[in-house]
Parts: sequence; structure tokens; C-alpha cells
Amino acid sequence: MGSTNSTLSKIPNVEELMQETGFTPAHIVRLYDRFEALDKEKTGHLRPQDFGAINRLAMNPIGDRIIGAFFSPGQETVDFHSFVRILAHFRPADKKRPKDPSMPEPVNSRTSKLKFAFQLYDQDKDGKISRAELLQVLRSMLEMQVTEEQLESIADRTIQEADLDKDDAISFEEFRKSLEKVNIDHKMSIRFLR
Amino acid sequence: MPALWRSTFVLVMVLLAISRPSLASEDTGNGTENTITTLPIVIWKWEEIHFPYLVALWVLVSWLCKLGEFHICTSVEAVIPESGLLICIGWVLGGIIYGADKVQTFRLQPFTFFFYLLPQIVLDAGYSMPNKLFFGNLGAILVYAVIGTCWNAATLGLALWGCWLGGAMGNIDTGLLQLLLFGSLIAAVDPVAVIAVFEEVHVNEVLYILVFGESLLNDGVTVVLFNVFDAFVSLGGAQIDAVEIIKGIISFFVVAVGGSLVGVVFALLISLLTRCTKNIQIIEPGFIFVLGYLSYLTAEMLSLSAILSCTFCGVCCQKYINANMDERSVSTVRSTMKVFANGSETIIFVFLGISAIDPSIWVWNTAFILLTLLFIFVFRFIGVFLLTWILNQYRLVPLDFIDQLVMGYGGLRGAVAYGLVLLLDENKYKEKKLMISTTLIVVYFTVMLQGITMKPLVTWLKVKRAAVSERTLAEKIQNRTFDHMLVAIEDISGQIGDNYMRDKWNNFEEKWLYWLLMTPIARKSCDPIFNIFHKLNIKDATSYVKEGERRGSLAFVRNESKADVDFNKKFGADFSEMMPYIMTENMGPDHVPVSSILRDSVPSVCLDMHEQDLKMRESEDFDAHHLLQQHLYKGRKQHRHRYSRKHLEVNKDEHEVQEIFQRTMRSRLESFKSAKMGVAPPKKISKHLKKDQPQKVREAYTFSSFPLFSEGDSASGCEAAGGSFPMRAYRGAGIVNPAFMAEMDTMDPMPPMQQIPSWLAEAEVDSSNMVPSQRAQLTLPWTPSNLRRLAPLCLSTHSNDSFLLYMVSDCPFVTTPPQPFM
Repeated sequence: MGSTNSTLSKIPNVEELMQETGFTPAHIVRLYDRFEALDKEKTGHLRPQDFGAINRLAMNPIGDRIIGAFFSPGQETVDFHSFVRILAHFRPADKKRPKDPSMPEPVNSRTSKLKFAFQLYDQDKDGKISRAELLQVLRSMLEMQVTEEQLESIADRTIQEADLDKDDAISFEEFRKSLEKVNIDHKMSIRFLR
Repeated sequence: MPALWRSTFVLVMVLLAISRPSLASEDTGNGTENTITTLPIVIWKWEEIHFPYLVALWVLVSWLCKLGEFHICTSVEAVIPESGLLICIGWVLGGIIYGADKVQTFRLQPFTFFFYLLPQIVLDAGYSMPNKLFFGNLGAILVYAVIGTCWNAATLGLALWGCWLGGAMGNIDTGLLQLLLFGSLIAAVDPVAVIAVFEEVHVNEVLYILVFGESLLNDGVTVVLFNVFDAFVSLGGAQIDAVEIIKGIISFFVVAVGGSLVGVVFALLISLLTRCTKNIQIIEPGFIFVLGYLSYLTAEMLSLSAILSCTFCGVCCQKYINANMDERSVSTVRSTMKVFANGSETIIFVFLGISAIDPSIWVWNTAFILLTLLFIFVFRFIGVFLLTWILNQYRLVPLDFIDQLVMGYGGLRGAVAYGLVLLLDENKYKEKKLMISTTLIVVYFTVMLQGITMKPLVTWLKVKRAAVSERTLAEKIQNRTFDHMLVAIEDISGQIGDNYMRDKWNNFEEKWLYWLLMTPIARKSCDPIFNIFHKLNIKDATSYVKEGERRGSLAFVRNESKADVDFNKKFGADFSEMMPYIMTENMGPDHVPVSSILRDSVPSVCLDMHEQDLKMRESEDFDAHHLLQQHLYKGRKQHRHRYSRKHLEVNKDEHEVQEIFQRTMRSRLESFKSAKMGVAPPKKISKHLKKDQPQKVREAYTFSSFPLFSEGDSASGCEAAGGSFPMRAYRGAGIVNPAFMAEMDTMDPMPPMQQIPSWLAEAEVDSSNMVPSQRAQLTLPWTPSNLRRLAPLCLSTHSNDSFLLYMVSDCPFVTTPPQPFM
């Protein structure tokens, strides 16, 4: 794994990063190695092409959306900090965290995870998942055999079930409510290797 | 069915009738040299051929049993696993023979079992092993195989010894070492039984590979323990000191590693051989079997682990021989392996049944048998839970409780244990008969009882675990989204796909092994993307031809209006604008017969759409839940069960992956195109496109720019094929590769969403990081002058006229189907 300390020293503001995301130094080093592996031209930033080089992502129906999630609106590159911050969403939640209202919500809390998921749907960032946006996601996740009409029916039913204030769109609160029975922590976490 | 039974019965009778004279003649010796007095027209030559005749007859009878059992199965609702039914039939047959002969003339001999029946099963297991899964979980598999088996053996032996000392078993003449030996031979999970039962249960693939891998790899441990304890028993208890024990441990490593190495050596041999057998494709498949068998025998000869050797031979060579050999040879090998393996398995189970009907081997000691059964069961579960708990600390995807339960329950013992127990020397082991009986009972118990209850148990557990309430649509969709999300994040963060060792191995493999072991053609097609492309081509070709035949002639292709209309209908005007430009590309001396692109008329396109329309109108009932269930793409974690002894399955996941892949590419290109001022057609990097001007020359290959074409998603077929560049970038020594992907990147930045064109535009211009020459060519083709430049590079022998026509016309895209191509 190389010497942790030397790698850590290469990363600026690493203390702050660890504090914010909760990754251990070992995790950070591993992620840094991965970042460098992806960043083939060694520019210190990742561009969409670099993500595109991951073959398997092309075989993922929402691969492109996930890639897009790494880039903040208007940004064309991702630096290491943003990379880690996004990945931190997927850390398993810390069970022993005291509920301290004064501290900002940690990145891997249930709410943050849900927000991340919400943003995958809500491309235009208006805080609601419109019918069109839902259709887009559905289209990408369903096999080609499903016809447009069927797709629209599914989308309509889904909105019907989840939409409480009847505005024909799903807001974040409605989204959260519809998933209250789902164990988000389990479904949206991966174990990061040391 | 009655006819079947009748015929089987007749066969058995014949068998008996034959066996009598065979015994009789053996008794009287073969001195029946009659002096002939006249020319005999027909002679009864039984004595000479009885051996092969009996063998063939028995094989036939066993396989007929399989047929009969299939009939029973369908009526008894498949409650009993196939292996169990075969054992039952074996009992019946054994009973018949015994009843006729008063002695069991036929039984499973250990030599026959180990040398004629087992190797092909193991070879088949190795050859069809899903390698990625296997090596990905190799650590866990080894832990279970080695430590788990040792634990099972030790605990069982010691527990039995304790009970023996305690007098629970009465007076049997045995000792600690003998009981340890017995423990070691019965502790091993059996690959034959595991395959037979798990086949029908359909558990998730990780669980399957763990149990299956364990059953294969624990042979190393079993062989060592067996030999060690056998030697110890011969030496006598007094001789055992630290030296011997250390030797025992060393022998484990030697046997296991040695066996694996023998297998790997033979795998190398096979791969090298297939590299050179281009001209003798007829018997090419035969080499696999012979060399596989030799690997088994060689390891056996050197007293190494034969099963490990055969397994690793199959595991290591599969990739290379599948690439090297012709497709027909590959399918021949696959089918033949299945025939042999399935056949052997059937014979084994039938004979396991027959061998039981033999009073001479039965010694009944209730305590011994019951205690054995109990301890096997209990210690297996304890072992599994303990080891899994330890492993879960290190595993990425922990094994949950149900999986552990199934794994513990799936520790089936089978014929290997029976074979081993028969090998014991009666003089050293006074209680051999007891051991045989116990082994048989254990085998029957595990195969039949556990086999029968496995499926209901799994179903019951899963049902219990699943959510009680019906989930809402939103939940279902979201759950699937989460799965895909996790897979994507895992890929991005390199948690699974990109670890150091695997990378190193892949590099090593690409650099050296491919060059050494694979033919040049095969090397090229190693690229998975090309494979998909190739398969799509073939599919299109066949559907195209089918369609042509259906319509009577190929003339229908010329019906452009139809094609055009449907095109527009489905995709809107702008797509039809992007008539693909096909630049051909010569692949060099190794000419890959890849199809060309028919941009306008893709007949299958029209058809599918019509059919779809019809379907839509017909279906009245709409059930969103059902649709979701059926049609949501499965994430990587949920792939369908695909390893099967009984069926040669086409991998359906590939279809899904292809679809997703195409869509992703298409959307990327679309947004790329829309980003580029909506004018430039997407640059499709098509690696292996061949320009095929003269559609007159109907090679019946339809093609569209890869990978936009898909069987289902046919209408997308005619995306602009964009500039492929005459020179393909090779990555590494002559290995064509995800150079494709690299090029994709360099030229076509991923637009995850359609609303971020800025960086697209930039990336386009930023040529510094692109491979310059290709880049330049790529950006150029959209002007007539550049086209002209590219045209000469096409090495097709057909005229370039149509191209020139294209080039002359102003805009690079045509809105009408190109007449000149007809």
C-alpha cells in the first residue's frame, strides 16, 4: 500500500477532508491511488472522459447520471476533494454519532444519502422530480421491450402513489416519505476497503 | 411410460441372464476348447466380449433410468432431487439383481469410480467454472475448503472417539487414528452431490460458488488427511511423533500446490496446442479431453491431488481455448463435456443405489451411525458460522444469515466418500464394513433428505425474510436504482474492479499470456466490446436474412419509403438526418469478416416496430408492478443463475448488458451531437466497420455503427457512423483492446446529461490530450474535403463512387435514403 504518510502529505487539506467525510487515512490513501489511476493525464482533476474510461460504467443504466453527479453544476472537472466528498455519501452511517444539532449533517447520514439519490432524478435541480424526469430514469432502467405507453403508465402510477400534495411532481419530502420503510443505510452503503 | 419401464425391465432381465452364464463360465475356466467337427455358422461368443458388453449395457441402463426418472419427476412435481430418484432406481435394480443372483454382482468399484467416472465430472466443473467469480472469492473458498474440512474431520473424529471411549458404541475394534481417518473421509463436501442438488435450488451466485468451490478444493485436504492417517495407522500409534506430524503438514502443501501446478501445466499445454490446431479442427475438441484426463492421471501417479489438478486444468485453460478454437469446436467441447459429466453422474448415483443392496457389507451399529449423522450436521453448521463470522470482517459483501444457513445445510457428502471408504484395507481396519455402511447411510441422508428439503427450506426462508407488505412502485424502482447506484460507485471507487493484484494479473496476462497462448485472431477478439459488436452483427445478419426470406426476396430491402417512414416515426426527424457514414477499416492481414452498415434500410427495424405497435394495442391489461418485475434491468448483484449441469445456456445477461451499453453510447453520442451545434453527426467510433458500398453485393450482413445497433433497439440502428479512423490505436503489443474505449474518451466526452455542453465543446477543441493523428482525422470528416481524404484509405475493393457522391453533396447527412447504395 505504500507509505501512508508520504501519500497523505501529497494531498492538500487532508485533515479537513478526513474530518468532513469521516474516512480514515487508510481510506483516503486508497481513494487517492484510485483517483490517480483514473486521472491518466495527471492533471490533478478528473474529467468526464476519465470516468468514461471505466468500461463497466457503460454497462450500467444510470452510469452516466452517476458520473454527472460528481460534477457540480457548471464545473467541468472534479478534484480529489469533491471526488472523496461524493464517495463519502456511501460510507456506512456511523452508529455512535451523537445527535448534535449544532454540527452540520454528516455526509453519510440518511438524509444526505437520500438527497444524493434525489439529485440523480432531479436533473434540473428545481427541487422536484417532474414526470418527465421520472420518465427519463424509468426509460433508462427498463428493458427496451417496454413501450412508451407502458412507461408512461408506470410513471403516472408512481407519481400518484408518492405525490401527496398533488402537484404532479415529487418533492424531496415526498420522496423521503415514500422510502421510509427502506433501510437506506444498507442499500446505499459500500464497505470501503482499507 | 409403461413402455419405458417394460424395456428397462427387459434389459435388466437380459443383464441377469447374461451375468449367470458369465459367472458360470468363469468358474469352469476357459478351457472349453472344443474341437470342431463342422463349420459353425454362428458362435456364441459371450466369454470373449462379456466385459465390454456389460459395461455398455450398464451405461445404457443407467441412462435409461435417467429418462424414466424424468418422467417420474414431472409427475411427482420435482420434490425429490434427480440424484435421489436415481438412487432409488438403483435400489430397485439392485434388488432385482440380488434377488436373481443371491449375490451382488455389480457394485461401484473404487477404481472404476476414481478413474473412469470422476475425472470427467471434475473436468467439466473446471471448464465451466465462472472464473471471475471463482478467483474473486478464492480466499473465502480456500478458507472453507482447507480450514473447514480440517475442522470437520478433526471434530468428527474426536467426537466419535470420545463416544467410543465412553462406551456408547459397544465393542468395536477401532482406535483414535482410525476414527480420525473415518472423520477425514466423511468430512469432505462432495462436488458431485453439490452440483446435483444446487442445480435445482438456484441460490445466488456467490453462495453457489462458495459451496461449489469448496467442494472442489477440499479434495486437496481430503487426500492428504486420508493418506496421512492411513500411514499413521500403518505405522502404529507409537511411531507418531512431531517429525511425522510436521511431515504431514508439509505433505499437505506439497499435495495441494503440486496438484494445482500439474493442472496449470496441462492447461498451458492445452492452450498451446489449440493455438496450433487450426488445420485439424475436426479433432481439436478431443485434445481437451485427453489432456484433461492426463492431468488427472499424472497427478494421481505422483500421489498429488488429482481433483485439484483436473479442476485447475479446466479453470486455467478455458479462456484461451475458447478464444483459440473455432466456434463449432467450442460448442462441441461444451456439449461433449456435459454429456460425459452428466452421464457419469447418473451412473454414479445409480450404482450408489445398487451397491447398497448387498447384505454382505451391512454391519449395523445404531449408535455409531446416528452419532455420525448428528455430528456431521452439527459440526458443519458450527464450522460454517464460525468461519463466516471471521470472513465477514474482511469481505466486501458480507454473507448474511440465510446464506450461511444454506451453506451449512448444503454440505452434502457423496460418492467420493464412498469411494474412499472402499479403498480401506480390511486387515488394518477391522471395522471397514461398519464404516462402509455408515458412509452409505450418510450419503443417502444428505443427498436425499437434505436434497429434498433444501428447496423448501430456501423458499421458506426467503419468503420469511422478504417484506411482508407489498412494496410501492416508488420503492421498487428506487431499490433497483440503489442497486445500480452501488454498482456504479463501486466501479468508480475501484473497490471491486480495480484492485492491485487483479490489475497486475491483467497486465501480465495481456502482455505475455495472450501473446503466447492465443492465436492472433483470437487476441483481437478478446476485447469484450468487439465481441458484443460481433455478436450483434451476426444477429442482425441472421434476422436480416430471415426477413428477406420471409418477404420472398431481397428486393424488399429496396423499399425505402417504408423504412424511412418507420424511422421517422420512431425517432423523429433528426435521427434520420444522421445517416451513418461508414468508413471502413481494414483490419490488417487478419481480416475479420465484420459486417458493413446498411444505414437506411434495416428491415428488422421496421418489423420490430410494427410488431411492437401491434402488441401495444392488443394488451389491455396493464400491471405496473408486473412490468417492473419483469423488465427492470438487474443490477450486477442480481444476475440470473446461469451455471447448470443440465442445460447449455446462452448467457441472457449479455443481452441486457448489450442493451444498456448501446443505450449509453447512443445517449452519449446524442448529447455530444447536440452539443456540437446540433449539426455534426455523432462521431461514432466504430472499430471494425467495413465500408460496403455496393449494397448490391448482398453479403447479408447488416450493420450499423456499433454499438448503436441492437436487435431490440433496432430503430436506433442508423446513427451516423462517424469517422472511424483508418488506423486503429493499439494498446500494448498487438492487442486490440479497450483501445476502443480510450478512443471513445478521447474523442467523445461523456455527456451524462444533455445540459452540459460547455465542457464537451472544450474537450473537442482540446486536442493536446488526444492521440493526435486520429483526433485530427476524427474531427475532420464532416466536410466534403476531408471525406475525400479518408475515402482512399478504404481498402474495400468496391468502388468509391457512392462516397464521392456523398462528398459532393453539401451536407454530410442525407435526408433521403441514399439511392446510390442500391
